[in-house]
Amino acid sequence: MKNSKSPDTTVSRRKFLSAAGGITFAITTYAILPQWAFENPELEPNPEDKGRQISAWVHIRPDGRINIYNPAAEMGQGSMTALPVIFAEEMDADWSLVHIEYSPIEPKIYGPGVWGGRMMTVGSRAVSGYYDSLRQAGAQARYVLMDNVAKKWNVPITELSTEPSMVIHRASKRKISYGEIASFATLPEKLPAIPADQLKDPKNFRLIGNQKITRFDIPAKVNGSAKYAIDVRLPGMVYGVISRSPVNGAKPSLLNATEIRKITGVIEVVTLDHGIGVVADTLEKALKAKAALRIEWSKGAKAATHSSEQAYAEYTALVNDDSRKGRSLESKGDPANAIKMATKVYTAMYKNDYLYHAQMEPLNAVVSLAADGTSAEVWCGTQAPDSAKGAAARVLGLDESKVTLYPHYLGGGFGRRSSPDYVEEAAALAKAVRKPVKLIWTREDDMQYGQFRPICLQHLQAGVDQAGNITSWKYIISGTGDNLLASGAEMPFYTLPDLLIELRAVDHGIRTKHWRAVGHGPNKYAIEAFIDEIAQDQQKDPYQYRRHLMRNHPRALKVLDTVAEMAGWGKKLPQGRAMGIAFAERSGSPGAGVCEISLDRETGKIKVHHIWAAVDGGVIVQPDNARAQTEGSLLMGLSSVFHESITIKNGEVQQSNFHDYPILRMADIPETLEVKFIDSQEAPSGLGEAGLPFIGPAVANAFLALTGQALRHMPFTPERVLATVGAK
Amino acid sequence: MATITLTINGEKRTVNVEPDTSLLWVLREHLGLTGTKYSCGKSYCGACTVHLDGLPIRSCTTPVSVAEKRAITTIEGLSTKGDHPLQKAWIEEQVAQCGYCQSGQIMQAAALLASNKKPSREEIINQMSGVLCRCGTYMRILKAIERAAKEI
Repeated sequence: MKNSKSPDTTVSRRKFLSAAGGITFAITTYAILPQWAFENPELEPNPEDKGRQISAWVHIRPDGRINIYNPAAEMGQGSMTALPVIFAEEMDADWSLVHIEYSPIEPKIYGPGVWGGRMMTVGSRAVSGYYDSLRQAGAQARYVLMDNVAKKWNVPITELSTEPSMVIHRASKRKISYGEIASFATLPEKLPAIPADQLKDPKNFRLIGNQKITRFDIPAKVNGSAKYAIDVRLPGMVYGVISRSPVNGAKPSLLNATEIRKITGVIEVVTLDHGIGVVADTLEKALKAKAALRIEWSKGAKAATHSSEQAYAEYTALVNDDSRKGRSLESKGDPANAIKMATKVYTAMYKNDYLYHAQMEPLNAVVSLAADGTSAEVWCGTQAPDSAKGAAARVLGLDESKVTLYPHYLGGGFGRRSSPDYVEEAAALAKAVRKPVKLIWTREDDMQYGQFRPICLQHLQAGVDQAGNITSWKYIISGTGDNLLASGAEMPFYTLPDLLIELRAVDHGIRTKHWRAVGHGPNKYAIEAFIDEIAQDQQKDPYQYRRHLMRNHPRALKVLDTVAEMAGWGKKLPQGRAMGIAFAERSGSPGAGVCEISLDRETGKIKVHHIWAAVDGGVIVQPDNARAQTEGSLLMGLSSVFHESITIKNGEVQQSNFHDYPILRMADIPETLEVKFIDSQEAPSGLGEAGLPFIGPAVANAFLALTGQALRHMPFTPERVLATVGAK
Repeated sequence: MATITLTINGEKRTVNVEPDTSLLWVLREHLGLTGTKYSCGKSYCGACTVHLDGLPIRSCTTPVSVAEKRAITTIEGLSTKGDHPLQKAWIEEQVAQCGYCQSGQIMQAAALLASNKKPSREEIINQMSGVLCRCGTYMRILKAIERAAKEI
């Protein structure tokens, strides 16, 4: 990536607007810039044209090379390749000539036109959010090229067609390359919106759905040259580290400032609201000075009263007390009455511990405030560059337009990096020292001052009819993190006439955050495990039992049937093995999984031997990458299912590094992992998280089938497993 | 402070640091060899794996003084053109996602293949289980090592 190296190689907006030796298209989705930026580099889109979304940029060089600007963060999910594929498809670009660069951070231009136009790469929404606008933009770029040829050759545009990077006039057997067109093209004053029926028929796609298109970022990621923000080095750069409050909300008083300032290499000690920062000329000196800090923390922070193990008792009381009304997430029919009338009523509670993101690259950012204090630069990996830029500007007291942000690869995001807290901190240190500062969080900092997937408890109650089918459903969620617990609580693909879903949230003063698949992880675990417990009691096959629930939803049935067939559901298994099945929809993608497990009854260790997954993601833009994302979300899911738990005692996080917060290792992988996508021409839906919500309940359900016992507290550690099966 | 001369990827480099400074900070922050990554700082995750006289070590907990007079190989020096069979296999299998752990994965795998040209699946898993990947690319790491082993 050109612009991930250093500021002088970064393509600024202005620079590429006025780039010599080629043309740059600014493409509007709906219409039409009054004057093209190309013709006047200083011109911004008319601010009065509200509702206009400028969605993409492409630059073509006379030699045919094409630069496409990617507006999304690249955190491993591959959309820096997928988004340009969508654009290039409609533009009919020769993919071998395409080079990808980050777009500038200009949400009005590069925002996706949905979710408020913000440049956020979250919720598996990059491909689905940009799909229509980038197809439109690509088609408009193709139109501009053809229009220029039509004028040059004096032929009607309707007689022209394209082949990859080539405009063709069949009648006169002439053709001309996009690069050649770039040498004389002018941009029209107005661009037509290309009607949907003039976009490519999906069956003619060459790039979208092409198995052979590889990720743009991978070569640099195997030779060490890929640049993450933590790799940035600038002339005169110094290093910042911060000792943060062990209990969220506690304020620091530094007891030995004089002593710290005397340490060789220490440049500045900075008191922040939530910690003490040390800036030194090398990282190792900064870390040594940090270790020497003696800080007294204020008492009385709200979080200090919270201990996670005790919280479950509070949640249990809360979900059982209907006088404590929470927020209704969905309500239909008369569930209270329906449960009274049911032939049999089932009740169960499920628990989910706090989870930590554990992205492999600890948080970090580099911020440089200009010597005159009037402008600043930020180097960071972020899922939300616009809010990171805004946060830096606020801390530095600058207008946002005076801050330039250089996006870098993210060494994992998973929701953590849509928070700009680490950028704010780096800005505060840079402001104090007026030198470029690289702020690094140690792994311990990253874990102990984490923003966690919230702890929660799910209380479920269901009534069944005489045939044993579920007809009424009461679902009460309690825990911290408020709205983070709501995602995935609803069941849009199950037919349940009487239903109540309610959230009774508590605020413990603990930092919480979106974590890959957000509430879908805990909610789908509870829902899907509960369904199997009922099916088992009713002596029904859990696959068929789900088929009945999703009888009105063919898309859901299709993924469930597909995965059952892949796994050979119902076949005879070796002694000591069992299969579990589960279903979930995340980011608009219905998905289902089956896993086959065994249990070591001595150690309590569950072994997953095989995983099968079927997902309907609509049109699959990059099939191999989509498969990789599903594999990744399944394995990260398994990691959380077996290993991960943050516990908090009197407000303090008890874990500090990977020895006491273990994550999945290669030793834990299944023997086989098979993924299938449903053949579909629906618009794409999200695939970055789709595998995660159903793997947990698939494991729990296999365990139920194997042992007759239900696992109701995630993660399923050996201790909890042994307690459940009553061994030892 | 001490003046320490290191041999990294066949080149002599001199740094002026405290002898207990980790090799990782020296490589990354003093010498700009940023392909080797910091992640845990305690030898739990393997992201910082480099070779010392051909053996895989965790540079985050290795004092730079230990590495003096020994041959250090980092991801930047694994091959001349990024064409080590493992690097090619990593691209063929499209292994990397966020990519942050992959230098460590490849260096660990390269040390395995250097000592065991035809490792079994079990041997690969044993050797690789100390290098963590949060994105969950393990299935592809395994395939890529098996592919590279065929080419060596």
